[in-house]
Amino acid sequence: MSRGRLSTEGHAVAPRQRATMLSLPLAAVDAQTLVDAVGLGAVYALMAVGIGLVFGVLRLVNFAYGQLVMAGAYTLAFTSGWPVAGSIIACFAVVIALSFLMERAVFRPLRTASPAVMLVTTFAVAFLLQSVALILDIRDGTIGEPAVTLAPLNQAVSIGGVDVRKVTILAVVVAAVTLALLALLLGRTRIGLHMRAASTDFRTARLLGVRADTVIGVAVLLSGVLAAIVAMILTVQLPFVAPDFALKETIVVLVGVVVGGIDRLWTATLGGFAIGFASGVINGALPTDKTVFLPSALFALVILVLLLRPAGVFARGRTAVVDRV
Amino acid sequence: MSKRFETWVALAGPMLLIVIVGIASSFVSRANEIHFLNALVAVAVVVAIYVFVGNSGVLSFGQISFVALGAFAAGVMTVPLESKTGILPDLFPLLRDHTIGNAASLILAAAVGGGFAFLVGLPLMRLSGLAAGIATFAVLEITHNLLREWIKIGPGATTLSLVPETTGSLQATLGALLVVVLAYAYQRSPLGRKARATREDPAAAQAVGINVHRQRLWAFTLSGALCGFAGGLLVHMLGSITTEQVYLELTFLTLAMLVVGGITSLWGAVIGALAVSGLDSVLGNAEDGILPEGSRLVILGALMALVLIARPSGLTGGRELRLRREPG
Repeated sequence: MSRGRLSTEGHAVAPRQRATMLSLPLAAVDAQTLVDAVGLGAVYALMAVGIGLVFGVLRLVNFAYGQLVMAGAYTLAFTSGWPVAGSIIACFAVVIALSFLMERAVFRPLRTASPAVMLVTTFAVAFLLQSVALILDIRDGTIGEPAVTLAPLNQAVSIGGVDVRKVTILAVVVAAVTLALLALLLGRTRIGLHMRAASTDFRTARLLGVRADTVIGVAVLLSGVLAAIVAMILTVQLPFVAPDFALKETIVVLVGVVVGGIDRLWTATLGGFAIGFASGVINGALPTDKTVFLPSALFALVILVLLLRPAGVFARGRTAVVDRV
Repeated sequence: MSKRFETWVALAGPMLLIVIVGIASSFVSRANEIHFLNALVAVAVVVAIYVFVGNSGVLSFGQISFVALGAFAAGVMTVPLESKTGILPDLFPLLRDHTIGNAASLILAAAVGGGFAFLVGLPLMRLSGLAAGIATFAVLEITHNLLREWIKIGPGATTLSLVPETTGSLQATLGALLVVVLAYAYQRSPLGRKARATREDPAAAQAVGINVHRQRLWAFTLSGALCGFAGGLLVHMLGSITTEQVYLELTFLTLAMLVVGGITSLWGAVIGALAVSGLDSVLGNAEDGILPEGSRLVILGALMALVLIARPSGLTGGRELRLRREPG
């Protein structure tokens, strides 16, 4: 019954141990840890936006989002011999194409299905994409490929005594720029207005002349672009690409998005950032032997937050707008 | 045909199917028997999940944590005493120095699953929608984390082995039958009908005096007990188990089985479990000769997605088995 490969071992944020911290676990949240945590939070925020955009217009929680990132990472791994620009273009092309394919083949026929069916169907899609990746990957006899295209970004630069990896800077800058552009798009353009209308009330928006396919197409395109960006950043941090690449991250981001409040893009994004930042700080501050029961504590906190604010910790109201899933 | 007869078909159909699979399992070779046993245990797990998800309409990712607790409770308590101190030296003395029989371990598994589900459900059943999904998922993560790290209650991250393999054809068949009968009895009872009323329209159910929280809690607790029991069956079938085997993958697979079969009917739960695990076994065997390595998972994933896209309400349409087509 359990021979598949949705394994979860692997890509948690590597806990970094430092001798000095063994004596003073929590007091040792230094600038280094904070910087890394912000970097992780930025990546999670990008994923949260990608998931939140599609949820906004389709009311669909795309569990297979991590597999878009995985596909991008494999593209980078398989094109390691190419010029860097070519490799990056290939990554964007593959992820965006897959994102549209997913919408056309899976999301569109399911537009009227119940949320539970949509979610489980995206499980099936995630499972399918992972299996395809496994077959492609295992041709050379080993599972997992190194993705070294962007490895130089792992070099650190020293800013005020703190070693900051270039990729951390990149992650933060890219997240900030992307979110700013997105704010402009949603707030200042016609298509952005249509998207906001659609995510508030899709049926009424359509009655008023918003084109459903255009709005959904733009959301899917943007979420694909974000997945490709996340794939590039993650392959620098975790250069070993396996079929379950980004699976754990997707689950954590989904938790963050719901805890933050999935109904609005900004609360969802904030939730994604918060959970990334929190796990970065905690993993960096505590030595491994003290963190074994940490997931229990974190998820107990998640339950507590949901009980107190079911619509999300940053949401305005106290009741969830979306009914059952 | 009388109305009464028609309603019995809804129970007799699933039971007959289970008995057929059970009988078939005792006639095939030893190597193939495991596929049939797998299918029967899958039926038990999926029907147990259905008792909550199907009747209440609230999606839960947490039911496999009750399967895990049942499996480890039944497993740890049936490891023979003479080898227990050797392989599980860190257990609480109460657990380390006692061993119980097969039947008692299954009852214990059900009690542990049901008890834990009741405690967890008490606060959690106030939630619905996505919040309920994520909160139940958090329960799964917490259970997995505790089972994996707390070596006083179990084997921790190592494999629990030397569990007596008592789930053969007979126990798997009887176990699956018991779960199906209890699930049917519940859904036909006043309690089950109230739970189904809250599924169809929580506001209307509340308006006629049904306590939504209490009905969901009943369904959750019964489902937890049946999940624990199914976990007991599972560990006695495998003989050895790790915490990873009762975690995310099993959660997704069993939920997919339920949705593929049809989420709102017992018949759907049984059909989904048998269809998906049967297909899995057939493809697994085909992989050894006809199909290329790894294609099993691709075909399985593609077929699950296709069924859901073509028939979002599942293979059975979420209806119970009937001999005549319903009018309309």
